[in-house]
Amino acid sequence: MKTFKGGIHPPDMKELVNRVPIVDMPLSAVFTVYVQQHLGAPAKPIVEAGQKVKKGQLLSEPMGFVSVPVHAPTSGTVKAVTKQVHPVTGLLAPCIAIESDGHDEWVQGIPRQQDPFTMSKDALLASIRDCGLVGMGGATFPTHVKLSPPKDKVIDTFIVNGAECEPYLAADHRLMLEDPERILDGIRIALRILDLPHAVFAIEGNKPDAIALMKSKATPEIQVEELKVKYPQGAEKQLIQAITGREVPSGGLPMDVGAIVQNAGTCAAIADACLRGVPLIERITSVTGRGIRTPKNIRVRIGTPLREIIEFCGGLQDPAKVIFGGPMMGIAQYSDQISVMKGTSGILVLTGEDTNISSYAACISCGRCVEACPMGLIPSVLSKMGEKNQWEKAGQFHLLDCVECGSCTYVCPSKRPIVHFIKHLKALQRAASAKSKGA
Amino acid sequence: MKDLYISSSPHIFSPQDTPWIMRHVIYALIPGALAGIYFFGIPAAKVLVIAILSCMVIEALWQKLLRKDFTLQDGSAALTGMLLAMNLPAGSPWWMVIVGSAVAILLGKQVYGGLGNNPFNPALVARVFLLVSFPVQMTTWPQPRSFFAEGADALTGATPLGALKSAIFEHGTITAAPQMSLMDPFLGNIGGSLGEISALALILGGVYLLARRIISWHIPFMYLGTVALITGIFWLVNPDTYANPAFHLIAGGLILGAFFMATDMVTSPITNSGKVIFAFGCGVITVVIRLWGGYPEGVAFSILIMNALVPIINKYTRPEKFGVVK
Repeated sequence: MKTFKGGIHPPDMKELVNRVPIVDMPLSAVFTVYVQQHLGAPAKPIVEAGQKVKKGQLLSEPMGFVSVPVHAPTSGTVKAVTKQVHPVTGLLAPCIAIESDGHDEWVQGIPRQQDPFTMSKDALLASIRDCGLVGMGGATFPTHVKLSPPKDKVIDTFIVNGAECEPYLAADHRLMLEDPERILDGIRIALRILDLPHAVFAIEGNKPDAIALMKSKATPEIQVEELKVKYPQGAEKQLIQAITGREVPSGGLPMDVGAIVQNAGTCAAIADACLRGVPLIERITSVTGRGIRTPKNIRVRIGTPLREIIEFCGGLQDPAKVIFGGPMMGIAQYSDQISVMKGTSGILVLTGEDTNISSYAACISCGRCVEACPMGLIPSVLSKMGEKNQWEKAGQFHLLDCVECGSCTYVCPSKRPIVHFIKHLKALQRAASAKSKGA
Repeated sequence: MKDLYISSSPHIFSPQDTPWIMRHVIYALIPGALAGIYFFGIPAAKVLVIAILSCMVIEALWQKLLRKDFTLQDGSAALTGMLLAMNLPAGSPWWMVIVGSAVAILLGKQVYGGLGNNPFNPALVARVFLLVSFPVQMTTWPQPRSFFAEGADALTGATPLGALKSAIFEHGTITAAPQMSLMDPFLGNIGGSLGEISALALILGGVYLLARRIISWHIPFMYLGTVALITGIFWLVNPDTYANPAFHLIAGGLILGAFFMATDMVTSPITNSGKVIFAFGCGVITVVIRLWGGYPEGVAFSILIMNALVPIINKYTRPEKFGVVK
């Protein structure tokens, strides 16, 4: 079975939600939609307080190519263009608050019928961009950019990422089981855009039902491939290595080895955008962990407040950490005044028993982090440099190659927060290079 | 939402923390320690208890004195005590065991900043310190007898490797050494340090460590393999001067060293290729000392010498980074 070098085997804990069908999260009275929900250049709000909006209406305009708009999740009135804590940065960030009118009416022209197989590639890419699509696995890179490789790059492999290797999460798993045709439609559209004859749909072996279903539904141009169960199997570079045997060069992009990867959920959004012109205003997310009373998979509008989701899932019990994303790469939240974003693949509530909240000790050089690191680094050394702010020296130990998957920190017997130290070093390095550019 | 913890990802951790590792290494040493108690009786048990307790007390006192955090819960002091005891003659006087414990904990570990920072295996630092300071006590080997045997004081005599060395010195050939069956060192019915005598018990513990993935095969297999290979070549060339490789593998401290001392995580290389080089070096030095050196046994010295080379081995055996354009 296909896999990559290194990696770890944490308990997958998916049984909390992987058999729970997706339910619709009821509409909120007020949505708060972050203006910046993607990796790249910011977007500019184009609505103002008091303005009436319809579901799917543009709320912001992208600025530059690597940028996407956001859309109204329902119909109603713009209450304010305000600020709210951003789940990724932790800082106050601009957002648009929309008071629902309860009608949930689409803006004119959406949904509409389109035939992506007669449309030009540029028109398809424009649809994808106008619908605000970003990578829904959590990285939130604009989808149209990924699907527009420069002419000098020869792309021969399109991989659909159905690995969902983060423990606990089952949103992609449920989507594959409950809405396979939408994903397959999206894959076929992406193949048309990329001008490729076939795609590889990669799914981790812990989802045998999804693998069987996808194999039975897939048309011949889509090859379903089972992956070994190992974290981080779904990390882009590791997935490409598993499927093609090629390593994305240090500092390079997947397209440098002829590969493009899209998450399964993103493919479903591509189908919505290209077949019906429907923008990305909702997603599937797993609300799970032992700290939440009734774990669920919900179909939730972007901008839904966290508080209401927690209530909808029965409330909290002994919560120690509330995380947006999975337990390996997700972000711990300090405020409940936040809302769901396009990249929110999971809302995970861990109890004190599930997570380590104690202190750490000195490195005992056991080498477990070296064995676990899928990037071939020496995380222990980087963590020691992090303690001493030695970012320049860390560069010689390939600091910037770290993908922050967390495998090293998971296995560390001294409980050292290695990823934390690495992020710290990267921040120091960024600050120094910004300073030298400014000078 | 009050009282939420905020930290960088990841948010889950393997239950195999440092105390877990130390605890399981101690479990793995128990068969070897029991073999020592079986063959050497109560004195062996005394040495074990004194060493473990002294190491723990000395570490706690030091940390109290320097107002540092207590680290007894990490289990490393207890493990160091146990390893030290297993490297001492069963008849070691109580004061010497305490001196050794103090050397192991203070000179071997704490002066460098505690667990994780020590370049040398603390128990071996203490063993060698005692060997050069108290050569008589450190080479007075009680002979094994059954734990249940009647009788007064135990006899003392040579270890198998010591007997070999004397035969070479006095007669120039090992044929003069008393003949022994390999079954005795396999079971532990020989003279030697209290924890090194039973190859069987130590291999049991070593297999446990391998099965639990606390150690990898690289160091023990490479160390044992190197010793077997080199002694094998010399034995084939001249069996009158050189003992056979099976004897070298099980008649001294090699099994204890290969599975439990050379594998010390803190003082061995971090990558598998580094571990292979490290263990090869341990094997070569052990054989050189045993065959041509002044001491009959070379395991402790070889590991300490290779400990000193770990930083340079680490430097030249970095893992292959992902995404290097070839």
